[in-house]
Amino acid sequence: MTEKGIGARVPRKEDLRFITGRGRYTDDINQPGQAYAVFVRSPYAHARIVRIDKSSALAMPGVLAVLDGQDVAADGLGNLVCGWLVKSKDGSPMKMGKHPLLAQEKVRYVGDRVAVVIADTYAQAKDAAEALAVEYEELPAVVELAQAHDAPALVHDEVPHNLCYDWELGDKAAVEAAFAKAHHVTRMELVNNRLVPNAMEPRAAIGHYDSGQDAYTLYLTSQNPHVHRLVMSAFIGIAPEHKLRVVAPDVGGGFGSKIFIYGEECVVLWASKKIGGRPVKWTAERSESFLSDAHGRDHVTTAELALDREGNFLALRVNTKANLGGYMSTFSSCIPTYLYATLLAGQYKTPAIYCDVQAYYTNTAPVDAYRGAGRPEASFLIETLVDQAAIEMRMDPAEIRRKNFIPKTAFPYQTPVALVYDTGDYEACLDEALRLVDYAGFPARRAESERRGKLRGIGISCYIEACGIAPSAVVGSLGAGVGLWESAKVRFTHTGKVQVLTGTHTHGQGHETTFSQLVADKLGVAYEDVEVIHGDTEKTPVGMGTYGSRSLAVGGEAIVKACDKIIAKGKKIAAHLLEASEADIEFKDGKFTVAGTDKSKTIGEVVFAAYVPHNYPAGLEPGMEEGAFFDPPNFTFPAGSYVCEVEVDPQTGVVDIARFVAVDDFGNVVNPLIVEGQVHGGLAQGIGQALLEGARYDESGQLLTGSYMDYCMPRADDVPSFEVVTARGTPAAANSLGVKGCGEAGAIGAPAAVINAIRNAIGVRVEMPATPERVWRAIQSSPLAKAAE
Amino acid sequence: MYAFDYHRPASLAEAAQLLAGNPDAKLLAGGQTYIPTLKQRLAKPAAVIDLGRIAELRGIREEAGGVTIGATTPHAEVANSPIVKRVIPALAALAEGIGDPQVRNRGTIGGSIANNDPAADYPAAVVGLGATVRTSKGRAIAADDFFTGMFETALAPDEIVTAVHFPKPEKAAYAKFPNPASRYAIVGVFVAKTAGGVRVAVTGASPCVFRATALEQALAASWSAAAIDGVTIDPSNLNSDIHAQADYRAHLIKVMAKRAIEAAG
Repeated sequence: MTEKGIGARVPRKEDLRFITGRGRYTDDINQPGQAYAVFVRSPYAHARIVRIDKSSALAMPGVLAVLDGQDVAADGLGNLVCGWLVKSKDGSPMKMGKHPLLAQEKVRYVGDRVAVVIADTYAQAKDAAEALAVEYEELPAVVELAQAHDAPALVHDEVPHNLCYDWELGDKAAVEAAFAKAHHVTRMELVNNRLVPNAMEPRAAIGHYDSGQDAYTLYLTSQNPHVHRLVMSAFIGIAPEHKLRVVAPDVGGGFGSKIFIYGEECVVLWASKKIGGRPVKWTAERSESFLSDAHGRDHVTTAELALDREGNFLALRVNTKANLGGYMSTFSSCIPTYLYATLLAGQYKTPAIYCDVQAYYTNTAPVDAYRGAGRPEASFLIETLVDQAAIEMRMDPAEIRRKNFIPKTAFPYQTPVALVYDTGDYEACLDEALRLVDYAGFPARRAESERRGKLRGIGISCYIEACGIAPSAVVGSLGAGVGLWESAKVRFTHTGKVQVLTGTHTHGQGHETTFSQLVADKLGVAYEDVEVIHGDTEKTPVGMGTYGSRSLAVGGEAIVKACDKIIAKGKKIAAHLLEASEADIEFKDGKFTVAGTDKSKTIGEVVFAAYVPHNYPAGLEPGMEEGAFFDPPNFTFPAGSYVCEVEVDPQTGVVDIARFVAVDDFGNVVNPLIVEGQVHGGLAQGIGQALLEGARYDESGQLLTGSYMDYCMPRADDVPSFEVVTARGTPAAANSLGVKGCGEAGAIGAPAAVINAIRNAIGVRVEMPATPERVWRAIQSSPLAKAAE
Repeated sequence: MYAFDYHRPASLAEAAQLLAGNPDAKLLAGGQTYIPTLKQRLAKPAAVIDLGRIAELRGIREEAGGVTIGATTPHAEVANSPIVKRVIPALAALAEGIGDPQVRNRGTIGGSIANNDPAADYPAAVVGLGATVRTSKGRAIAADDFFTGMFETALAPDEIVTAVHFPKPEKAAYAKFPNPASRYAIVGVFVAKTAGGVRVAVTGASPCVFRATALEQALAASWSAAAIDGVTIDPSNLNSDIHAQADYRAHLIKVMAKRAIEAAG
């Protein structure tokens, strides 16, 4: 039974339906009488809405309604909110500009929702949306993050300097003292490039108001349907929470972008009631996704590292300007603060760290969590800075890291930036990565590349992340508006089959497989007899969803706790059936046994007794269904070492990734196959950020990279065959499984490895994305590369 | 997509007649540019005339020592054609590098050159090989006269490309530096040593495919990569955009030209 338990390389059970086109996504769902929504979006980055004349649109064939911001206001609907309160240095709260479901008075980015047209058919809605007469008074736009502070225009009139908050973390005085006595200071200015998420499935929603039941149903592309339900009822006020069912069926990728509560999904639900209860469907076109999905990253940072004569890190000082876009998205405030600056210790024992962050509004799409969310920005900064320090100190980049690693004997380790790392062995990961890549053999490989006219470079990145999000009391004390526990229910049927209901959501991660393995292992039932159910607030227990590599470390642990309750109840029943004392019953491999005897009952027999309680313990409830909540005592801290080797064509600047070795410590691993797949995908995204992807707006705020013609997603031929090792785990302390989470690691660790490798090849650091043109220009300025040419 | 009338003529004569009778009609070949344009509502034609079922427009044959390719022949057929591979392997290789498999199996040579996208590959081959474009009006338009500007050609509004005739070169090769996102050419250079002399056609770099005469002169003097070392490409007429500035494109023209010369042998 346990050949498909914890640790087994079980192929994903969900893949058959995905690969054969039988997944059921929101857009696959059609309901009787369904109408269609098309949004009218702002063509300007910043403008005042002078007038909306609905008459011509309303007169178009098939049009059922045209709704705008005034209708939203008239119905008393609330604004979209950011659920994490960040305070500035002076104690004042962040300045959250109003974010209505449909724009009121002003539009603040190209693609901002101005109105919605509902019609019988999609084509009719599209025609009428085009016919809607909106008069704008264009305003000067704030586009560049670096200029937001002194820009003449204000994105939100009530927010001076466009500054949402000016936040800090760490001991500033200690850092300054350390810098004062430093032997050397390495200083760097760097940009973390803005990314567009690009899930394969665009956002979609079907809202339905049932007047008979006075109840609402919303199908949508969500990573956390319960959070959608909570926000839409508690803050937006569309429907009371107990009357709102939110279903997130198969979802084709999220990467963070489907965590957030956007206006469109709220509007289709509200609009269904406005048109008398016909279901209203909206599916984003790809160009809408580019314009309106929350983007990721977008930092401008100055970082300084103080070192002593031997290369020991004394202190780190960081100033970051973070772009929020035109509005605060759902979790936007915590990404460049609590998910960023708290990770700035990296894998190192740097004794003093100070970071301050200014978050600005600009007339661009909102920016929020994207695979890694804050942690890639922190890791990229540390690992490129440490590399630069090694160059300046004339030390080997592996050695300077080794010298400063938190030793494996030092855990649990309190960093100077709030977190307590539970477990880790950073040197073991680095050793393994260097062994796999044959670090010592690099000079020979470089010489061989040179003979072919290519510049070869090697780059190391030793990342850390905080996952298993998150201990509720901790995040609450830092401003989070919600608890970040997870829940589960494990239900046996009469026939011994198991339904596992989870509050997490799978949209590519393979939960149906991983959780089945977990339950098969814990309860000794067949893997095939376990069904995982998720994504429907009417079926599953309340949950907080999937992001921050939390599903197994938090949601999985809730399942374990529910299994423990099943076993505890099963022992009572088994003791009764076996006429033994409950204390003498042992449970192993699906069997309840009287200790020291061969008397036993299978879990199937015990379950049957629970549902057919003819011979049953007095006072015990029948049935076998248990629920549990789990609130983790701490984050988990996956960490690893990545080594990238690149070959640069000096004539064109093209970077070819020749090798990529990833050694990750994810703690214990339930399914190595899935974990490796997650690492592969993460690495591809990290390489995408490093080499290919970058959202660009022009000076008027038009998105220049609004399609795949101009926004470059990584493709199979852009990435090498990865060399991945995931079996180096130090078990996590925050959950009984000892798992840390693996979904974001690749995207967090890869960019610095690539950029460091390019610097090693050409002698100059290139900003991301390191496009051929940027690399070529850097080579023109690099004495090292010129010599090689 | 806006509503439009759809015609699917069975012969070239019928197509020409439909086009003459519908001045606002657009021709549809493989649709690899036009269908996305329609879907994004960037075009609002009164009628679309689909050339896809006209047998006489499709096919590859040897003619006068060269190759004649019917206008609606898809790129994949050119890439895999034993005739093209034998007579002008550089042309087959160019077709093999256009877009992706879907594009290559739908997109056509006639559609590509009639659209004259500044970053398309085929215009480089047509100009580089000194090909002749044949039309429904019985014209044979020399390559040098066919591409007149960005998305502009010498075709009359009611004229349909029927075939392209490529003479066999002595040597030829195409080297492309693709846009990493779209995989269109940021710079594509087609070099050929032909009976009429050396021809170097550059696509992707400017608003329209053009002949790099300085490179041609240098190569006429000596057919070798080293021969163009001393040539300077003037960036002033080249494109600058978020993917490549003009000076980088100018640099790439030389790099790609050298690679093409080396590949041509």
